[in-house]
Amino acid sequence: MQKNFNKGKWNSTIDVRDFIQKNYTPYDGDSSFLAEPTKKTSALWAKVKEFMKQERDKGGVLDIDSHTISTIVSHKPGYIDKANEEIVGLQTDEPLKRAIMPFGGIRMVKASLKAYNREMDSGVENVFKYRKTHNDGVFDAYTDEMKRARHTGIITGLPDAYGRGRIIGDYRRVPLYGVDFLINQKKEALKNYVLDIMNSPAIRQREEISEQIKALHELKEMAASYGFDISKPAYDTKEAIQWLYFAYLAAVKEQNGAAMSLGRVSTFLDIYAKRDLEEGKYTESEIQEFVDHFVMKLRMVRFLRTPAYDELFSGDPTWVTEALAGIGVDGRHMVTKMTYRFMHTLTNLGPAPEPNMTVLWSPRLPETFKQFCARLSIKTSSIQYENDDLMRQEFGDDYGIACCVSAMRIGKQMQFFGARANLGKALLYAINGGKDEISGEQVSPVFAPITSEYLDYDEVMERFNTITDWLSKLYINTLNIIHYMHDKYCYERIEMALHDEEILRTSACGIAGLSVVVDSLSAIKYAKVKPIRNENGLVVDYEIEGEFPMFGNNDDRVDSIAVDLVKNFMNKLSKHKTYRNSKPTMSILTITSNVVYGKKTGSTPDGRKKGEPFAPGANPMHKRDTKGCVASMASVAKLPYEYSEDGISYTFSIVPAALGKTESERYANLIALMDGYFNEGGHHINVNVLDKAVLLDAMDHPEKYPQLTIRVSGYAVNFIKLTREQQLDVISRTFHERF
Amino acid sequence: MEGYIHSVETYGTLDGPGIRYIVFMQGCALRCKFCHNPDTWRLNAGKKQTVHELVEDILKYKNFIKSGGMTLSGGEPLMQADFAAELFKECRKHGIHTAVDTSGAIPLSACRHAIDEVDLVLLDIKSIDTNKAKSLTGLGNENALKLLDYLEESKKEVWIRHVVVPGITENYEDIEKMAEYLSKYSVISRVDILPFHKMGEYKWEELNLKYELSDVQPPKKESILKIKDIIRKYNLNAV
Repeated sequence: MQKNFNKGKWNSTIDVRDFIQKNYTPYDGDSSFLAEPTKKTSALWAKVKEFMKQERDKGGVLDIDSHTISTIVSHKPGYIDKANEEIVGLQTDEPLKRAIMPFGGIRMVKASLKAYNREMDSGVENVFKYRKTHNDGVFDAYTDEMKRARHTGIITGLPDAYGRGRIIGDYRRVPLYGVDFLINQKKEALKNYVLDIMNSPAIRQREEISEQIKALHELKEMAASYGFDISKPAYDTKEAIQWLYFAYLAAVKEQNGAAMSLGRVSTFLDIYAKRDLEEGKYTESEIQEFVDHFVMKLRMVRFLRTPAYDELFSGDPTWVTEALAGIGVDGRHMVTKMTYRFMHTLTNLGPAPEPNMTVLWSPRLPETFKQFCARLSIKTSSIQYENDDLMRQEFGDDYGIACCVSAMRIGKQMQFFGARANLGKALLYAINGGKDEISGEQVSPVFAPITSEYLDYDEVMERFNTITDWLSKLYINTLNIIHYMHDKYCYERIEMALHDEEILRTSACGIAGLSVVVDSLSAIKYAKVKPIRNENGLVVDYEIEGEFPMFGNNDDRVDSIAVDLVKNFMNKLSKHKTYRNSKPTMSILTITSNVVYGKKTGSTPDGRKKGEPFAPGANPMHKRDTKGCVASMASVAKLPYEYSEDGISYTFSIVPAALGKTESERYANLIALMDGYFNEGGHHINVNVLDKAVLLDAMDHPEKYPQLTIRVSGYAVNFIKLTREQQLDVISRTFHERF
Repeated sequence: MEGYIHSVETYGTLDGPGIRYIVFMQGCALRCKFCHNPDTWRLNAGKKQTVHELVEDILKYKNFIKSGGMTLSGGEPLMQADFAAELFKECRKHGIHTAVDTSGAIPLSACRHAIDEVDLVLLDIKSIDTNKAKSLTGLGNENALKLLDYLEESKKEVWIRHVVVPGITENYEDIEKMAEYLSKYSVISRVDILPFHKMGEYKWEELNLKYELSDVQPPKKESILKIKDIIRKYNLNAV
């Protein structure tokens, strides 16, 4: 098929992993080979920065094409600066112009347009008089109880009005095989998918494969409009990047998904680059140029979203997550020169939240690479790290990360994104007999509220058990409806075309408020907690007498409560029947929604007051981890990944001086921290190395910090794009600054 | 064996090499004007803990402190020398590197057994001029310098620490004298220059103590660089 590659299974059947394993070369050297930005790159990036500035000046959205329903082929080719652009392709015909993608929900489009003072196009509106959306379907099927749970916020962030995302197409298949080969494989699959009984799953499968084939044809058509024939495999590095980008571009033209991750492409691409370098076809500088231009494009992915969405997931994120490094199952590490080149874009183009650079860490990674990571983290705060040793056992060595922390085998697995249940609120329901602590509304079936003067641990746990039984069932059933309708009305044609036909699906549930619930239970157990009731007998506040151990201090008395909580809720989720027999999983991740969850939740028995933010993800509550960051990490690392396989997010912020006195000490200490955390079994860590003063200054003078990037739970954002409330939340969070 | 412990910090990067588990002990013989932990001055205060309990807790962090270790700080940890000796011995059994952060104020005769057990001594030279040291801390520097002699004799690694307080120790002549004096010792692998800061001032207020240095500002960056240059002239590794 292609010259000078080692042959294998991949030649006869789709098997990208086999191609990688047979052809990649681990790189053990240092970063000195890396090339600076070329003239073209600098010129092009200057233009992009200017577009981004205009976008900010216009309140966050540069322009919208409100007339055209976005599909893979809906828009004419778009360019930034054709003469300087080595890698081409935009979502619409102009840079940063946003498209409408109404199949998730026309109401969401309408609301977004209204927020930016745009009219809904009458032609588009007319289409949806006859055509249903995912959102319509969901609300046709929701029960009253589901609507109540959604309305009070015990289950929030559900993808019932927008694209669910969290699906990673294997975009590498396009350069490796060319689209024609992929179409033929799908045609073959369709021909063979003839069962004795044509029941709904079988019919759905046949319809979906047919849709996938159509999408692949459209992909070819879109590439052709840019002057490229991608029916055949890519011939060299530049083509490989371009082909791969077209495949990804097709996905972000078709789906406004909550997270549109890229997968794990760098080691794959290195195989082409290494060959081309050896053959003298391209220089290092040229290859870096292709990568820089590709990454620029990834930084320009835009979706039209509502301010309400932004409140939940702030900073206009797209989660173009790229998984880097890791160790192969044969023991060879998977760091290549291309891993360096991807990360080097943080230097060549400056820091940025996208693509979401995710290093799959193992203490066994080469020291030179660890040093490189530490240096970049300290300089840019743009990298997150995840435990490859933990994930490799479950997902092998060709998995990617969807969104922030969700591992999945690329092209062989997808998830039904389920946002999260608010366990903080669930605890309050347990105390109030299923009534909402803010509205007083009866949300769960009626059961006896707690009436004692002081809260009794066993009694609270018993009620909490009852409420989480109810909640887990309702949660799974709600997700079943959402994903049934998403498949039906908003199917990810091109992303699924880049998957096998038989795949593993997970129902990715999540929890918010872990540390709030855990500290509350600890307070009830080890101190005395007196509920304060209002005139209707509803508990609205708590008084705590005495001291209690808090999560984040490596104290087993309370950390064991956290571990049990995670296990119990996961076990409950596992009991329920899921859509498409998907495997229930759970994450401890809030993204930036910890602020909104807190806002919607009354005072809790740990002393947190009504409306105050939760801690993000699995973090200890603000300023309660008093024994230092290592104790805090050790507590989080105890949370069992096998019961939270969709990821456990921990955000770590430290001032540079607290990492050590000299630069080399800082690198060594950051590496030691990560090795320690991951050896303890920690799953994920966001690393921010920042002075608080910088953030405070950026709040007042955003124009001085256009590229200031920080990591919040699971992803990176431009700090100045956060809402003011979220900026304050980030600043109030524990900064480890003792030294 | 029990000791009076003020608190522990699981993450320190400035008190010895690598990531350190730091134990702050109660009790101090000095009353330094710039002290940022005056809450550790009293000996019979804080929490009583056994060596065994402490070591058990330290071991929980082995994955993190593998290339770092444990540092005993305070207060003046050598006020509780028996406890310190025992703790160092136990840590060594578990392969944990140990350091002690001391002012050297305790007479050698009272703390030699602890010193013999530790891997690294962080020795705070308040001032090379014993009169200045006395006015700054309440005690001259004789014991500290004797300790340094003993460390040289026993070939024990030392990091010198020196706090630069404008108006008191930010004196280039004294720095020069100190550097010259220290250059004779082969065991000194590093001289840490610590700019004075006021992060502990609030503790003085809480304890109803008068903080005399309220009006003193932290030294300028350039001054710290100059001081390091002076020290480096004497082939010392100033950091």
